[in-house]
Amino acid sequence: MTRIHDMGGRFGDGAVIPEPEDVKFHADWHPRALALTLACGSLGLWNIDVSRHARETLAPKDYARFAYYEKWIAALADLLVETGALEAEELAAGQAQADSPLAAKVLKADAVAGVLARGGPADRPSNVAPRFAVGDSVRLRARPENMAVPGGHTRLPAYAAGSQARIVRLHGSHVLPDSNAHRLSEAPEPLYAVALRAADIWAHPEHPDDEVILDVWDSYLEPI
Amino acid sequence: MPHDHSDHDHPHSLLPSDPALRVKALETILTQKGLVDPAALDEIIDTYENRIGPRNGAEVVARAWSDPDFKAALLEDADPVLAELGLYGRQGEHMVVVENTDDVHNMVVCTLCSCYPWPLLGIPPGWYKSDAYRARAVREPRKVLAEFGVTLPEGCAVRVWDSTAEVRYLVLPRRPAGTEGLDASALADLVNRDCMIGCGLAGAS
Repeated sequence: MTRIHDMGGRFGDGAVIPEPEDVKFHADWHPRALALTLACGSLGLWNIDVSRHARETLAPKDYARFAYYEKWIAALADLLVETGALEAEELAAGQAQADSPLAAKVLKADAVAGVLARGGPADRPSNVAPRFAVGDSVRLRARPENMAVPGGHTRLPAYAAGSQARIVRLHGSHVLPDSNAHRLSEAPEPLYAVALRAADIWAHPEHPDDEVILDVWDSYLEPI
Repeated sequence: MPHDHSDHDHPHSLLPSDPALRVKALETILTQKGLVDPAALDEIIDTYENRIGPRNGAEVVARAWSDPDFKAALLEDADPVLAELGLYGRQGEHMVVVENTDDVHNMVVCTLCSCYPWPLLGIPPGWYKSDAYRARAVREPRKVLAEFGVTLPEGCAVRVWDSTAEVRYLVLPRRPAGTEGLDASALADLVNRDCMIGCGLAGAS
């Protein structure tokens, strides 16, 4: 079973509404929410997979009704309390109760450009050898679930689970989100781009030659 | 077995329900604790409002259209090429550029969240993050394209790239006909954001 964020292929969402390039945000609090999330991320209390999982584990009714940056802020508040950076009482009171021992790590304005430019690369050396080569036929794991942690994070979408696929690219070895999201280890593995035929994943594909390509880790795959 | 704690406790519900007030309350508390510097927030916002946006990607596309060696290197291994141009950074650490041709039209989505090549395109537009785009781009890309005013020839296949890892994708759109004499800046003017996501065509306004 999967979580509410896994919506690829879902019916009923209506039209996509294009918008001009100069529209960056839709409310004054949106850029503030973005910046708060990035600034707190630089404290080093969590990795990107932990933060994605925090958004995904919002209650489905909240995930569905929250605007995009509301999900970010809710997950941020949850993570700050989970990691002990804030106390629940502080959130409830709207006031800090004590200085933080982490304050020495605060992101200062003059460090922002460097932090954004450095990014957070996910490629790592790995002792897992690629089992597959470009052109190989494979099958994606049948269950779009974290296989080690019940209800845990994974990047295998439900629409792709169980499908046959063709390897189209090897990206090198990358951190495995299914492990890293739970602070187990980075567990790097070979990462591939695999192509799925639309006719293999949808009952009513728009066109027989269309494909969906997604990135998957070695442990998501089995040989055919 | 490790245990997933996150389904039970949601401290965010302690914040005010109005989102603007939630953000304000959180910023206030974090600033009081010394965990956030409001000047750094201003700097982050200024970066993505004014400095990093789709013009970066447009200049890469324009150069690829006019310099075959650059284009070949970009399609082969984009990361060193982009790093040399100063276009490495957060949410663009592992870039792959995919080329549209007469036979294949590429489109990019992130069905699981909203992964997007920030150093080349800035932060994603609202529609890219919408449930409608995330849900439909993989299943009915041609209907989604029609909502952007794009109709593909019958013989053209669609490849939809779902950004499920830390690899970020940029579409190299087809160069419009009749643009042979244009310089790099004029070519870049033809490259809108949506065509680099695969939801538009270059040269369309």
